[in-house]
Amino acid sequence: MIIVKNLVKKYGDFCALKGLNFEVKENEIFGLLGPNGAGKTTLIHILATLLKPTEGGAIVNGYDILHNATKVRESIGVVFQAPSSDDMLTGYENLKVHALLYGIPRNLRENRILEVLSLTGLNERKNDQVKKYSGGMRRRLEIARGLLHHPKVFFLDEPTLGLDPQSRETMWRYIKKIVKEEKVTIILTTHYMEEADMLCDRIAFISNGKIIALDSPSKLKQEIGGDIVKIKFINKIPANIDFNYFDFVHRVEQKENSVIIYMDKVNSNLHKLIKDLDDVQSIEYNKPSLNDVFLKFSGDSLSGDSPEGGFMQRYAQYKKS
Amino acid sequence: MLSTKNHKLNIILGQLYGLWLREFKVFLRERSRLVASSFTPLLWLFVIGSGLGSTNLHIGTDYQKFIFPGIVCMSVIFTSVFFGSYIIWDRKFDFLKSVMVSPSSRTTVFVGKTLGGMTTSLFQVAIILVIGVFLGINYNALSLLQIISIVLILSFALTSLGLTFGSYIESLEGFQLIVSFVVFPLFFLSGALFPIDDLPAWLKFITLVDPATYSVDALRNSILNLGTYSFEQDLEILLIFTLILTLIGIFSFRRMKAV
Repeated sequence: MIIVKNLVKKYGDFCALKGLNFEVKENEIFGLLGPNGAGKTTLIHILATLLKPTEGGAIVNGYDILHNATKVRESIGVVFQAPSSDDMLTGYENLKVHALLYGIPRNLRENRILEVLSLTGLNERKNDQVKKYSGGMRRRLEIARGLLHHPKVFFLDEPTLGLDPQSRETMWRYIKKIVKEEKVTIILTTHYMEEADMLCDRIAFISNGKIIALDSPSKLKQEIGGDIVKIKFINKIPANIDFNYFDFVHRVEQKENSVIIYMDKVNSNLHKLIKDLDDVQSIEYNKPSLNDVFLKFSGDSLSGDSPEGGFMQRYAQYKKS
Repeated sequence: MLSTKNHKLNIILGQLYGLWLREFKVFLRERSRLVASSFTPLLWLFVIGSGLGSTNLHIGTDYQKFIFPGIVCMSVIFTSVFFGSYIIWDRKFDFLKSVMVSPSSRTTVFVGKTLGGMTTSLFQVAIILVIGVFLGINYNALSLLQIISIVLILSFALTSLGLTFGSYIESLEGFQLIVSFVVFPLFFLSGALFPIDDLPAWLKFITLVDPATYSVDALRNSILNLGTYSFEQDLEILLIFTLILTLIGIFSFRRMKAV
């Protein structure tokens, strides 16, 4: 669906993207995960034809982003990091304006607007001005707007940035629903690990303008060596058991009277592992997180950097400049 | 072939309607904007009009009536050029981004925005025209048609000018500053407040390169039957100015950064 080839973007001396190569398959949710300033938004802007790459190129839905920008724009829907609807207009009016911009024929327009409104749960508030919407509702309106013209590819740039945990979960629910009902390929950027883990089929870790790892969340976590089970025995480790005998076990470490086992699929395999064990004192089970993966690849943690601002911060910046 | 062409045209017309609809809705919801921007022209009309009107001037008519066409143009000049600042707002609030990522061409976006500016000007002028009735200004069907046409053309030209500035300038403060250097000369040099027949040569020359001059003159022709040039001459020259300003505007919009 998307082919990115050797994509480079420089701002003066600063290199925001340092030669990206990857492909996104049809109907998958592809996550771009990385700290702020990693180049995620720049990448989205380039793929959405708003920015021109310094070098390299990309094909979106079969169209070249450089030579066939209009076709690319017809194929994509974009939800930007900061809500971009006109808050003087109602939700419905915003959708109508964009339905017109996308040339949706008159006879389909009304139905489609109502469809995306109910898909995003905004039907009851469609005649309220957007300035009366909550942050979560605004994001959902952006999603509704992006889906109006049945895009093949849907870009979501930090869809849950700045939302409270509850709105975030609502948002996840809607994103999953979209994939099911609209059959779109989704490119999603985020710096929340659990978001990427929860939603994405595949994840590309971006750090300093480079992809440092790309795979499905479970495979990425397996890079760490699978799930971690720690079994502590009352006395000492029984000598007659070789955990390596099981094919789902990757690696075994022994420490005093406990063993640490790196293994696949704890849920379905644990009982086989402990079936013949006596005098077990405790079993501890840890799933490796994507953060462990990111740490492994970049030597750098994802958290720590504060999210870049919503409107008030941007307004403050604008007042300063 | 013909049907795909028609289809494309339909889509562009729809896009223009969408862009205009948005401007119009915002305009309707910010009525204070209309009231506030009507104030300055009316102040000129009444204070300068009555004040200078009380002295002895040889202009062939009552001074207040004489500057009435000029005040109509003044309101168009201010409204239209400052309308360009909305493109800066659109950029600040990311609305522009959402438009830029749609299949509408830059030219369509430009024209759609201009239509918004023309609508605002038209409402503004309507208020002044109504007040004109109380000042003893008479209109007929032809003169109203002429006034509306001139107002729309001038507004198109000057919204283009405003949008040109808006596409280069990133901050609103910068826009206000630079635009006031443009708006006041456009107004003062248009002959809105004085006859342009017997001006000193240097001043005369400057009035000639001000598109507002021809609008003021055209309106004076159709409202007061007074004019330096004929209505047709005014219209022709105004259209040439409009074409040039539109082309510059479209060019600027096409090279404007999207993000």
